[in-house]
Amino acid sequence: MNAPLRKASIVILVLFGLLFANLNWVQAAKGEEYRTHERNSFRLRDVEYDKQRGNIEVHAGGTSTEAVALSKSTDGRLRYQREYPFGDVYAHVAGYKPVYGTASSVERFENDYLSGQSDELFTDRVRAMFTGEEAAGGNVLLSISKAAQEAAYKELKENKLGVKVGAAVALDPSTGGIQAMVSMPSFDPSPLASHTQADTDAAFAAYDGDKAKPLLNRAVAETWPPGSVFKVIDSAAALEAGSTPETMMQAGPSYVAPGTTHEITNASANVCPQQQISLIDALTVSCNTSFSRLGVELGRDVIKKKAQDFGFEDEALTCGNLKENSGLTVATSHVGDVANADGTEDKAAMAQTAIGQKDVRITPLQGAMIAAAVANDGVQMRPYLVERLLGPDRTSTHYTVNPEELRRSVSSDVARDLQTMMESVVNNGTATSAQVEGYDVGGKTGTSQNGVTDNHGWFVGYAMKDGKAVSAVAVFLEAAGNGGSAEATRIAGQILKAVTSERGGN
Amino acid sequence: MPRLKIDSTKRRNSELALLALALLLVLAYSATVEATMLDTITPDFWVPTAALAAVFLALHVVIRFLAPFADPAIIPAAALLNGLGVGFLRRLDLDDVSGVAEAADRGAFAGGGGRQLAWTLISVILAAALLVLIRDHRNVSRYSYTLGFGAIILIMIPAVLPARFSEVNGAKLWIRFGDAFAIQPGEFGKLALVVFFAFYLVRKREVLSLASKRFLGIDFPRGRDLGPVLVVWMMSLLLLVFVKDLGTALLYFGMFVVTLYVATERSSWLIIGLLLFFGGVFLAYYLGELVGGPFANFYDRATIWLDPFSDIDGDGYQLVQALFAFGTGGLFGAGPGGGSPGIIPEVQNDFIFAGMGEEIGLFGLVALLMLYLIIVERGLRAALDVRDSFGKLVAGGLAFTLGLQVFVIIGGITGLIPLTGQTTPFLSSGGSSLMANWMLVAMLLRISDAARRPLASGGGLATAPGGKPAPQQLHGAPTEVIRP
Repeated sequence: MNAPLRKASIVILVLFGLLFANLNWVQAAKGEEYRTHERNSFRLRDVEYDKQRGNIEVHAGGTSTEAVALSKSTDGRLRYQREYPFGDVYAHVAGYKPVYGTASSVERFENDYLSGQSDELFTDRVRAMFTGEEAAGGNVLLSISKAAQEAAYKELKENKLGVKVGAAVALDPSTGGIQAMVSMPSFDPSPLASHTQADTDAAFAAYDGDKAKPLLNRAVAETWPPGSVFKVIDSAAALEAGSTPETMMQAGPSYVAPGTTHEITNASANVCPQQQISLIDALTVSCNTSFSRLGVELGRDVIKKKAQDFGFEDEALTCGNLKENSGLTVATSHVGDVANADGTEDKAAMAQTAIGQKDVRITPLQGAMIAAAVANDGVQMRPYLVERLLGPDRTSTHYTVNPEELRRSVSSDVARDLQTMMESVVNNGTATSAQVEGYDVGGKTGTSQNGVTDNHGWFVGYAMKDGKAVSAVAVFLEAAGNGGSAEATRIAGQILKAVTSERGGN
Repeated sequence: MPRLKIDSTKRRNSELALLALALLLVLAYSATVEATMLDTITPDFWVPTAALAAVFLALHVVIRFLAPFADPAIIPAAALLNGLGVGFLRRLDLDDVSGVAEAADRGAFAGGGGRQLAWTLISVILAAALLVLIRDHRNVSRYSYTLGFGAIILIMIPAVLPARFSEVNGAKLWIRFGDAFAIQPGEFGKLALVVFFAFYLVRKREVLSLASKRFLGIDFPRGRDLGPVLVVWMMSLLLLVFVKDLGTALLYFGMFVVTLYVATERSSWLIIGLLLFFGGVFLAYYLGELVGGPFANFYDRATIWLDPFSDIDGDGYQLVQALFAFGTGGLFGAGPGGGSPGIIPEVQNDFIFAGMGEEIGLFGLVALLMLYLIIVERGLRAALDVRDSFGKLVAGGLAFTLGLQVFVIIGGITGLIPLTGQTTPFLSSGGSSLMANWMLVAMLLRISDAARRPLASGGGLATAPGGKPAPQQLHGAPTEVIRP
C-alpha cells in the first residue's frame, strides 16, 4: 500500500503547489491591481488615515502662516483625525474631508497632495521608507490672507441689516490670488470629519436639509443680477467707443426704450434729474436713464463683447490650482440673450440689461474680477487659491504659483479712465464708506431687483497705492432691501482695510 | 522500559523546543496586534498565550508517556496554527473596542477570540483523552461498524432537520440549539467515516483488487464490488443536493476514492473516481443552469468563480473583498492588526485565511500553508511507516482528507476553484471543527507512535540473533498484494 500512499502524498504536494502558485498570482502579480481597485475604497481609507494628512494653511501676516485644516493623531482605528480650528470661517474655502463621503474644495482638489499620494511627493515617500519616519502628506499654502478672511467673515456675519445670505470675495488684482472668500451662511466642517459615520451622516443631513443651504459656496457657485455694478461694463464699452469720462450723456428722470412702454427710472428723484450728465458723473450717482440709453445706443453686440472681455460667458473657469487647472468650479456669469423671438436685438431688454437687470447674472467672484481688471490696468489675472505646495517636512517646496494672465479686458488707457470714474464713485458718490486712508479706492455699488424678494445689495471695488493694485473685492448681500448696497460697501471697506493693514500700509 | 525512554527523549525534546518556538510566535503575534491596534500593549496580553501554553504542554506531557515515539513536528505545527487562529479572532474582537481601557478590561475568554480559546482548551484536552483511551489504534477497528453507522447518522441529521434547526448562511450543515450554540456533526462524521472506510477496505481489498474485467486498458471491478463506491458517490451527490454544499460532498468522495486507491493499489479507481466526480460536477452545473432548484446554489458559486467582478455588490462581494484583502496584503502584509478584515463577510469562518492574508502577506500565508503541509505529509509518512493496513488506511485517509480540505477552502477563497463552505482547519472560529481536527491529530500521533516505535519494544517480539529484528507477522492483511 506504500506506492499509492506515496502517490497520494505527491497529489497533496501538487494541490499545495497550485495553492502556492495561485497565492503568488493573487498577492504578487495581481496585488497592485486589487489594492488600487476603486471598489477597494474601504481599505484605501484605512491606509489613508494611517498617515498624517497635510495642513491647509493661510497667510497670517508677514511670512508666518497658520493652519486652518490639520490632522491630529488619535487612539482609534483611524489614526488621524481631521480638525478645523477656525470652524465656520474657512469652511467654504478649505472645504472638508469626511471619512464617509466626498470631500469638498481644497480638501478635494488637492487630495492627492494632502494625503501624500501625489507624484510630487514620491521622493519624500522613498526617504520616509529609508529613514523609518512616518510618511506624511504635503502641506498646501493658500493665497488667503487671514486678516482679510476673518474680517470678511465677521463683517458679513454681523452685518447691520441682519441679512442671512451673502458672499464676499477679495483677490489680488496683480496676481489673481484669492485673499478672502466667504459664503454666508457657513457651517462647521468638524462634525463632517467625524470618525463615526452616524455623526457624519447626521451633520450632513442637517446641513443639507437646511433651507439656507450652508454647504453652498455662494462666492463661486451661484449667480445673481448685478444691478448697477454692470454699469462698469457699459462705461468700458463707451470709453472704447470713443467717449471720455467728460463726454456728456442724456439723463433725466425716466427713459422709455424703443419697442416698449416700460419706463426706466432712477433709484430716487434726486438722481440725475437734469437733461445732461457727464459719463463720470453718471457712474458716480448711478444714473439709470443714462446707462440704459447708452446700452441701447451701443447695442447688444458691443455690450456682450465687452462683458465677455471681463469674463462673462466663461464656462471653463475654475479657481484653485493653476498648474493642475483644478479647483472650485465657477458658475458661468451671463449677460442673457437680449433677443426677440426672431433673434434680433430686443432694445427694451437691452435697456434693462445695461443696468444689470433682465437676464444678467454674475457670481460674486466675477464681480471682484471686474474690479480687479480695472485696477490691474485692464489685465484680468486667472484667479487661484493654491499659492505653494510644501513638502511634509516643510523644507521643500514642490510648487509655487506662477500667476497667469487670463485675458485683457480693456486697454490700459481705458482702464485708467475707469479707475478715475470708479474712484469718483467712492470719493464723491454712492460708495464713500469704502474709503481707506492712504489708498486710492474705486468701486461701484449695485442694487438689483429680482422680482421675488427684496433687492440684493452689491459692491465691487478695489484699493490701489501709487498706481499699483492691492486688492479687489466684491460683497453681495441677498435680499438685503433698502441700504443693502450701502452695507455691502461698508463691509467691502472693512475687508480692504484688513488687507492693507496686514500689508503694513505699504 | 528504560531503553525505550532513552530512545524517545530526543524526539520529545525537539517537540518541546518546537512547541516553545510556536508559542513564542503566538505571543509575538498577540503583542504586535495590540501594539498596532491600540498603540500600546495591554498588561495581560500574554494571558491567552499562557492558557494555550499550559494545555499544549499538558498534551506534550501526555505524549511523553503515552506516545513517546510520535512524530515531533505535528503538535507544534497544529499548535502554531491554532494559536494564530485564536490571536486573529481576538484581533477581530479588538475592532469593536473603542480604546485601550476597554481592551484591557476584556477577559481572556471574552469575545470570539475568547470562545475560540475555550474551545481550543477543550479540544486539546479531548485529544489527550483520546491518547489515554486508545493505547493501540488497531483497537478502534472493533467499533468500525458502529462508527460507520454513526457517521451516516451524523452527516444526515442536518440534511433531514428543518432548515431553522440546521441552516446557517444557506448551508445545512448544522444542528442548532438556539442562536448561541451549534455543532457541525459532519466534522465528526468525517473522522468516523475514514475509520469505517479503512476497516471495510482492509477486509474487502483482495476481492476489489483481484476480481476485475479489463476494458479499454483499465481494470474495472465487478459490478457487485463497485456497488459500495457508487453508493457513497450517490450519497455525496445527495449531500450536495440537501446540504447545498459541494465542498463536503467533494471531501467525502475524495476521501473514499483515495482510501480505495491506497487499499487496492489500483489507479483505475482514481480514474473512475475522477470521471464520476467531474461528471457529477458538470451535471450539477448544467442542472443548476437549466432547472435550478437544489442545484442552483452550486451553479451560482460556479458563475461567481468564473467572474466575481461582474457583480461586486451582490453575489461576488465576498470573494472580491477577499481578493482585495489578499492584494492589499501583497508580499509582506499590513502587519498583524494593520488590515481591515472586518470588511470580508464571514472572515472569522470560511474567509479567515483572506483576513489573515491582508495582515501577514504572501510570505506569512505561505508559512501557514507549509504548516498544513507538514501535518499532512507527516501524517502520510506515518501511514507509510506503520505496519498494519488498517493503520495505513486510517492515517493516510485522515491526512489526505485534511490536505484536501485545506485545498478546497483555500482554493475557494483565493479564486482557484469555486468557493465551497469549509472550515479552515485549526484557524476558523468554531468548536466542532477544532475538536474534530484535534481528534484527527491525536489519531495521527497514535499511529505515528506505532510506526516509529522500535520493533523490539513493539509487542514483545523476539529479536533474531545478530541483533536484527525478525520479520513481522502483522495484524490484519499482508502488505503485499499478489497481482493476477
